[in-house]
Amino acid sequence: MIKRVFADYPLVIIALLLSAYGIAIVYSAGQTDVIQPAVASAYKRQLGWFAVALVGAWVLSRASVRLLEWVSWPAYLVALALLVVTLIFGSGAGTAASMKGWLTIGGVRLGQPAELAKVTVVLMLAKVLAVRRDAPRSLLELWKPAVVVLVPWLLVMAQPDLGTGMVFVGIFFAMLFWAGVSAPLLLLAASPAVSLLLSFSTGLWGAWFLILIAIVLWYKPYVVEGVVLIVTNVAMGVLAPIVWEKLAPHQKSRLLVFLDPSEDPKASGYHVIQSKIAIGSGGWLGKGFTLGTQKRGSFLPAQHTDFVFAVVGEELGFLGVSIALALFLLLFLRVIRVASRANDGFSSLVAFGLLGSWLVHVIENVGMTLNLMPITGIPLPFFSYGGSFMLACWLAIGILVRISSEGRGEADALPIGLRR
Amino acid sequence: MSLHPNDIQRRGRFAGALVTLSLLLLASGFFRAQVLESARYQLSSEKNRLREVPIPAARGMIYDRHGDVIAENVPGYAVSILAPGADSLRATLERLSTIIELAPGDIESAVRRLRRDPNRPTVVLADASFDQVSVLEEHRTEFPSLIIEATPKRRYPDGPTVSAFVGYTAEINESELNSAEYKNYKSGQQIGRSGLEQQYEKELRGTEGSRYVEVDARGRVVRDAGSRPDREATAAPSLQTNIDLDLQRFIASYLGDSLVGGVVAIEPQTGAVLAIHSSPAYDPNRFIGGIPSGYYRELTTDPRRPLYNKAMQGRYPPASTFKLATAAIALEAGLVDFDTRMQVPCTGGYTYGSRYFRCWDKKGHGAVTLSQAIAKSCDSYFYQLGLRMTLSKMLAGGVQLKFRDKSGIDLPNETTPQWPYAVEYFNKRYGAKGWTNAVTLNLSIGQGENTQTILNMARFYTALATDGWAARPEVVKRNPERTKILNLTPAQLAGLRDAMADVVSGRGTAGSAAIQGVVLAGKTGTAQNETGKDHAWFVGFAPKDDPKIVVAVMLWQGEHGYAAARIASKVVEHYLKRPAIQPLNVEGDD
Repeated sequence: MIKRVFADYPLVIIALLLSAYGIAIVYSAGQTDVIQPAVASAYKRQLGWFAVALVGAWVLSRASVRLLEWVSWPAYLVALALLVVTLIFGSGAGTAASMKGWLTIGGVRLGQPAELAKVTVVLMLAKVLAVRRDAPRSLLELWKPAVVVLVPWLLVMAQPDLGTGMVFVGIFFAMLFWAGVSAPLLLLAASPAVSLLLSFSTGLWGAWFLILIAIVLWYKPYVVEGVVLIVTNVAMGVLAPIVWEKLAPHQKSRLLVFLDPSEDPKASGYHVIQSKIAIGSGGWLGKGFTLGTQKRGSFLPAQHTDFVFAVVGEELGFLGVSIALALFLLLFLRVIRVASRANDGFSSLVAFGLLGSWLVHVIENVGMTLNLMPITGIPLPFFSYGGSFMLACWLAIGILVRISSEGRGEADALPIGLRR
Repeated sequence: MSLHPNDIQRRGRFAGALVTLSLLLLASGFFRAQVLESARYQLSSEKNRLREVPIPAARGMIYDRHGDVIAENVPGYAVSILAPGADSLRATLERLSTIIELAPGDIESAVRRLRRDPNRPTVVLADASFDQVSVLEEHRTEFPSLIIEATPKRRYPDGPTVSAFVGYTAEINESELNSAEYKNYKSGQQIGRSGLEQQYEKELRGTEGSRYVEVDARGRVVRDAGSRPDREATAAPSLQTNIDLDLQRFIASYLGDSLVGGVVAIEPQTGAVLAIHSSPAYDPNRFIGGIPSGYYRELTTDPRRPLYNKAMQGRYPPASTFKLATAAIALEAGLVDFDTRMQVPCTGGYTYGSRYFRCWDKKGHGAVTLSQAIAKSCDSYFYQLGLRMTLSKMLAGGVQLKFRDKSGIDLPNETTPQWPYAVEYFNKRYGAKGWTNAVTLNLSIGQGENTQTILNMARFYTALATDGWAARPEVVKRNPERTKILNLTPAQLAGLRDAMADVVSGRGTAGSAAIQGVVLAGKTGTAQNETGKDHAWFVGFAPKDDPKIVVAVMLWQGEHGYAAARIASKVVEHYLKRPAIQPLNVEGDD
């Protein structure tokens, strides 16, 4: 089992920089005028988790990708079981206190099973997609990957956790794309969701429906497929208002506030407005590390978790934001490189699936601070305070290091760790 | 999946481009907010964090004519709360009420204040005592939204002595805030109420300054953020009055708390009000920062009505002091001269129709001349003089002498005196047949439907003391205004003055009021009072040939005019015989 591992130094260094940046911001988030003890000491716990996460990443980088492939099925089942348990016994936390996202035993929060689910879904999808010689060419051939994602997605949406649900969708489409599914097929697969979104406006939905029919005619799927596609799209268009009624009040208000933050300036809209003020008032260079007035005066909500990026914007300005986004970009490009050079389909798909997961996190979380995305409460990788997420991010880094090490192009990687 | 290098490379490039594009899009969003629109958000951020706290400005000092202080400012404390909303304010005040005593209505009135001016700290205690402040300071950490501020507090060093004209300050009330007159005012600010404080509110009000405090999202004051350089609190310039505080003190102490009535002293040539007093007085200092309910009850239940200004609000029949008006109207009409006697000599009364009108002196005055009639205040003479001039002429003369007009003093709430505008007044009031010419007799001796303020009588006597021009009384020197009301020759005016000098002599009604070395001229009056003892009047001036001071005194139920005359005499004596007062340097002690 044990073999020579080449560390992908650029990848590890970028992740270390992001973690250091993130922990520094979590420290700053605790520096408020009226001290919030739990937030003020958060950076210490985050440092502790960071240490644990590094060890975890190192251990995982020792594990063969084959081991991961082998463990995919049981891990996936465990994750599903935990999601079910959470749904029954879970508790809320922080700004999302009404959600059942935390696994709690005897009042001690053990973590969010959704984090584990994300990784296992990536592994499971990779396993399912990698066994095929060719990319799926019809919707019917997509049933397996669809089921792999749909089950945990439903469990997560039942919590209800819209953000994690979005992450699953992102992972699903990213991996289908990487597996070589053609763009029209992706579009057809996505069409029910698009119908759902557009159903609020009959005109828009009608236009979309015409386009959809055109694609179907051009792509010429099986008749059954075509019928199912049209039926689901019509159903989504009709179902949407009913689903809307079923949404929890906080989800409804978050979606409404996304459309117009001033609609509810005191409650949900308050978060977005204060976050935008914090970021906008940062200017080019920011108000200075730990000196953000929006944060200091507790105007900024969840400044160490969901809105941690607003602290970056306020205190370090556009410069700090650009550096953070550049680091993320470097990370993503590096992961794409890892995925491109992986020497088997499973590894490559796992790498790209992890990228998809992070990309959704970053775009959703960062976009939310500027009201470019609805507020869903999903964390920012390497930045947001939270033990299980920090661990999950670094375990992913560990996997990526291993994949990178086993892939092509060892020439530019240096050996580390155990030798045979 | 296909692992063909070409496929992978193509997808990798596409994915790279997509990732780069989406992060660039995000970055552009930040560029827009942080660079293009930064100014707007910076403003919102400052608004979030900074609260403007007003720095109250000192009101202008009020000085007397010699530079003596009538109103000044001493350090006081105001307690206010920076609350983000009504619920939070109510909760804070409820907690606060466990530490310091708050009146039952205080919480709701504070909430109303907050609703009116949500961005200003809500004043809870406009004038906190030192004890309250020390208790609050001890609990400072429990009430982080509390602002305790040193604030100038009004004080009147002479207290009750100046209560008739100075007024007081109080927090502006709801209805005043709603009125256009006070549109530049904010709740919690102090305004002048009654007296000079109200009349000269515009001049006396300082310019409020501002400073900033930094607050957090829950309205807790985190730190002081400095003052606004463009808005410094500036005290209003001082106000110099015509009041002679030394004389005012003399009058107030002479009347004390036992004599009820009013005194007005005016410089006849300018109308400068040297003193104006109403007794019993109240202490305006106790009105500052809210009148204690016990004190207020005491004042409102006192039958002598201390809050009622007897010098300019009370209207009383002027009685015999009015005989000078009757005489002046008759002289002007050419009906009499000073040696004219009436047909019927005084036998202690005069019979008109079927009614007998008494003279005050049952012994009778015999056949007196006009001069003697004034000196002895012979009612019988003036009854006949009134009949001779007829009612309509007397009423017209009274209107010309401004007995229907306010004196025009620069103090609020002066009462308009009563005097019938013409004969129609009686026809309208009683019907053409409902009254008799007996009203003429009553009016000619200052009784009947004629009630005057002490101030207005003093104003009339400024015309007698000078060349027939009445001076408008002025507390603050503005632009002296005189009106010619007596169209008499200098000889006629001198004759009246001589007769008035005889009043205060062995030949007159107020011989006991004479002053050694100074000729005091004036006229006593004893006003009939249906509800009790008669009111005593004296209005006069001195020295007779070069009057420096007109004094009007009315003693409530003082029984006889000479009681009032003695007070007037003391006032004049004090004013004319005291050593000269060296003016203080007003400019220098700001």
